[in-house]
Amino acid sequence: MTLAIEVEGLVKRFGAHRALDGVDLAVPAGQILGLLGPNGAGKTTMVRVLATLLRPDAGRARVFGYDVVEEPHQVRRCIALTGQFASVDGNISGRENLYLIARLLGVPARRARSEATGMLERFRLAEAGGKPAREYSGGMRRRLDLAASLMGEPRLIYLDEPTTGLDPHSRNELWAMVKERALAGATVLLTTQYMEEAEALADSAVVVDKGRVIAAGTAADLRARVGGRTLEIRPAHPRDLAALAGSLALEGLDGRIDQETCVVRLPLVEPDELTRAVRAVTASAVEVLAVDTRVASLDEAFIELTRSTA
Amino acid sequence: MTPTTDSAPTVGVPPLAGSARNGPRDVVRQSLALARRNMLQLRGDPGQLLDSVVMPMVFTLIFLYVFGGAIWGDRPGDYRQFLLPGIMVQTLMFASRSTGYLLAVDFDNGVMDRLRSLPIARSAVLTGRIVADMSRLLLGQVVMLLFALAIGFRVETNVLLAVAALLLTLLYGTALAWVSAFIGLTIRSPNTVQSVGFLWMIPLQFGSSMLVPTSTMPGWLRVFAEANPTTLVTDACRNLLAGGPIAGPVLGTVLWSVGLMCFAVPLAISRYRRR
Repeated sequence: MTLAIEVEGLVKRFGAHRALDGVDLAVPAGQILGLLGPNGAGKTTMVRVLATLLRPDAGRARVFGYDVVEEPHQVRRCIALTGQFASVDGNISGRENLYLIARLLGVPARRARSEATGMLERFRLAEAGGKPAREYSGGMRRRLDLAASLMGEPRLIYLDEPTTGLDPHSRNELWAMVKERALAGATVLLTTQYMEEAEALADSAVVVDKGRVIAAGTAADLRARVGGRTLEIRPAHPRDLAALAGSLALEGLDGRIDQETCVVRLPLVEPDELTRAVRAVTASAVEVLAVDTRVASLDEAFIELTRSTA
Repeated sequence: MTPTTDSAPTVGVPPLAGSARNGPRDVVRQSLALARRNMLQLRGDPGQLLDSVVMPMVFTLIFLYVFGGAIWGDRPGDYRQFLLPGIMVQTLMFASRSTGYLLAVDFDNGVMDRLRSLPIARSAVLTGRIVADMSRLLLGQVVMLLFALAIGFRVETNVLLAVAALLLTLLYGTALAWVSAFIGLTIRSPNTVQSVGFLWMIPLQFGSSMLVPTSTMPGWLRVFAEANPTTLVTDACRNLLAGGPIAGPVLGTVLWSVGLMCFAVPLAISRYRRR
């Protein structure tokens, strides 16, 4: 198995702050890996080191076998970077943005022009191709940014929070484009704050917090780490929430009251907990509208995981 | 995308982007592609031209018609012949500031991240910037010369010396552009780059023969003014266009410009590499 990314003990300090504090990571070629974490977790620093934009203070990072410090030029030949803030040039047209990248990559002028046109069409930008990119909508800018990244048919694509600030439609569209690219064989490292995004796109996910990897695995693995299912009990009147929780406590169950959505929520870990919970509800004689069990969302898993390191 | 020898460890995947090693031809091609982009940017943002061409024209009119009489008094000759070469130098100095500003903007908005993650020569980004800025400076000089002719300035020498005047100012402007590049690569905020670029040039501009004769300045200032490269390039430009001794100021300008670049070029390059 070829590794697209191989990281060992990576450390990057900014003054006294350790943005990366000994990160290990291995991404097989052809995978989409979600790099998850809250703001300031070190995701962007990680991408910048892997994109040869920052030198690590300790540890090693290799991209398709090339060391990011020793052989940055070879690394750059493998990768494409789509930044957190769309890094297209707003003062020139979308077409010129793509033409520039093609020329920089050594494509002859005539072919560079036709490749730029082809890319504009693929990313539904043909009509706006001649307009300065600063006049594009947020979604169009991200599409142009992604198109620019794909000009050299990179083996490895870094997507640093690609959908932050996008409306749901543009987001789905961008996801579809990323998936298409991955199907064509590219490896993708996606950083995101949203579990949903990782779940929609990634084969596996790594959760980072405070510069360390705190969990890794598939979406299902991560969910399992914080209990499989959640029970939600909805009383007819919000005033009964406390009575319900009290009744559950008598059964030795720790229900959490959520005033906002008017439910008592209970993670189900032991097999008999559901039966005990139902018994507690019956005993409380509270009028109940609904009792639901559902699979814990990845977002809940995410919050649970990052809380434990706080 | 270029068919190059591919030394990648993986088999059965498309070749790596770019060349395995950037040869001189690659560097030239990359620099020109970036220079083209920088020139196109000028078209996309004509405000840049306003700063570098329209402002000096307004300045000329103010100095010529408002201050001119008071400055020139009853000296022999025409203040117009004295002032306009000075304004050409001023145009150049103002325009040279945008080298650093535009580099800072590229870093600020993420364009530089993309460029620096591409398999291109590190030097191409700076070279592309300077090449585009030299074209912009030359364009500004030609426009100002035409404007000068339009409002009654006369070239009293010949075409060859006039061209030499343009090239000499371009040399000085290029040296200042490198200083500006160093400032732009050292300071992160584009707005601060603008202010610093403006401030450091104030003594260089006004402590010179650019707008007024140095003969009325107090002694200590005259010492500064006469060693000031701006005085030298202005005098050279003046004498190349309107007649007078050439050798001294031309030599002085060349020495100053080359000297400035000996410091500014390596400093700017090392700043760029470190960011």
